[in-house]
Amino acid sequence: MFTRETLRAALLSLVFALAALAVWHFATVQPERAAAADDEYAQLMGRGVRKSDGFPTPAQLGEAVVQHLSRPFYDNGPNDKGVGIQLAYSLARVAGGFTLAILVAVPLGFLIGMSPLLNRALNPFIQVLKPISPLAWMPLALYTIKDSSVSGVFVIFICSLWPALINTAYGVASVRRDWLSVAKTLEVPPLRRAFRVILPAAAPTILTGMRISIGIAWLVIVAAEMLVGGTGIGYFVWNEWNNLNLTNVIFAILVIGVMGMILDFVFGRLQKLVTYVE
Amino acid sequence: MAFLEVQGLKKVFPGAAGRADTVVFEDIGFGIERGEFVCIIGHSGCGKTTILNVLAGLESPTDGVVIMDGREVAGPSLDRGVVFQGHALMPWLTVLKNVAFAVKSRWPDWTRDRIDAHARKYIAMVGLAGAEHKKPAELSGGMKQRVGIARAFAIQPKMLLLDEPFGALDALTRGTIQDELLRIVQATHQTVFMITHDVDEAILLADKILLMSNGPRALIAEVVENTMPRDRTRNTIFNDPQYYRIRNHLVDFLVNRSKLYQSGAGRDGDRHPPVLRPGLDEAEAPAAAPGRQGEPPPLAHKPAALVVNLR
Repeated sequence: MFTRETLRAALLSLVFALAALAVWHFATVQPERAAAADDEYAQLMGRGVRKSDGFPTPAQLGEAVVQHLSRPFYDNGPNDKGVGIQLAYSLARVAGGFTLAILVAVPLGFLIGMSPLLNRALNPFIQVLKPISPLAWMPLALYTIKDSSVSGVFVIFICSLWPALINTAYGVASVRRDWLSVAKTLEVPPLRRAFRVILPAAAPTILTGMRISIGIAWLVIVAAEMLVGGTGIGYFVWNEWNNLNLTNVIFAILVIGVMGMILDFVFGRLQKLVTYVE
Repeated sequence: MAFLEVQGLKKVFPGAAGRADTVVFEDIGFGIERGEFVCIIGHSGCGKTTILNVLAGLESPTDGVVIMDGREVAGPSLDRGVVFQGHALMPWLTVLKNVAFAVKSRWPDWTRDRIDAHARKYIAMVGLAGAEHKKPAELSGGMKQRVGIARAFAIQPKMLLLDEPFGALDALTRGTIQDELLRIVQATHQTVFMITHDVDEAILLADKILLMSNGPRALIAEVVENTMPRDRTRNTIFNDPQYYRIRNHLVDFLVNRSKLYQSGAGRDGDRHPPVLRPGLDEAEAPAAAPGRQGEPPPLAHKPAALVVNLR
């Protein structure tokens, strides 16, 4: 499993990480000031006391990471929840919006891909709706849905919809004619053809769309939660910014990155599962 | 009336804006008897594949009808198995599943075991026993095409349509699969319509060879009956003097005469192309070719030394 190449790459990664940490450390560590003549005066000036609200050192971040991860699921009221709980809220919203989007995008994409007429008819709408920032829908969602949490789900739905829809339509439209001809000469009924020929043929493209969608959804959920507030990892970031606790903000950024990587990895695996070699 | 009857087939592709329509072929008429193996030969662009697609029901002709077993062909049917040029296997399915997919389409009520057993029988028939669980990507070109043949045979169609099935294979593999196809067809008395570019392949396999003139406005110029004994094989075929006479005739047609029809020569409104038996000695069959070109075809080439690349 571990070839020389991967081992060397891993070593190099480690070197980069250490170098970055070192740069960070020396840029942020505060040199011990020469003791002031008067301790009391120094205290009055705010010196000599460890600052908690400045840019943290790697060591401080490490402390925070250990502290957060040792108690991920505590709940001390609306503004003080464990990061695990916040993450769970975000993931639940993403899962909800994403699932809804897939439930709409895949069947609709199938229809668009199979019917050139429908493709042409719907294309202008898709082209106009696709480039709209999902957050632009937020006011409309808040007004109509009147629930900030559900509005978040709606925003995720909207942003996940387009890549999945477009990729499904493209995948279905570009199924090789040969396979369709085989299905025709075998008099395969439409439903069986859809599920046994077109779906597996288009599956890699559909999964690519879903992978792009989940990536965008994870990008958008942070912004959406900053906007609607209440719960979620995005709200956590905003809350810690208001607390001027940069350590926690950096920790949250790390968590968001790792979670995004995991999501992408999972969909990458799913994609591999349905990919075929021609 | 023949088992398969093609009458007055014509295909027109509409031209792009402002340009004239293209008549690919017209006045195509021929018959295929039950159990007969018919090859069609012609240069690229004469519409051979279109004719096959019309027989398969995948394309509809501009004019004319195809009648099989007393019923008009309108749309694809399980009665006609097709082996596609590019094998057209589904790459996400194993060999067994590819064949089983066709079997299940033919007999939807069969149990899984029965379907698998049936599929295995046909996979073994094309010599691929042991490769059932391989994906097409793991197979060589020849093996893929064999799976395609097994899939077409497995649904036990009334007629088999082969679109240049061995075109992409190397000469050695092609020979082996030709032998296998010949063996299977002789054993099952399958009715076959096959497109080929290969004169030797046609002589080996076909009972009747349709010669198509060059497109556009292609037509079937001649029907050549293969008078060689049906138990011929790839190894013995060269010992028969008929082989050289037939081969000469076909090559001469492809090289010299196939383009003559474009200018309008030979178009006399006669829908029935002459039936020729060039394999027989001229003395044996003087009246065998009553068509419009009564004179025996000129034999201008030395057969043994002639190599023609038709691609």
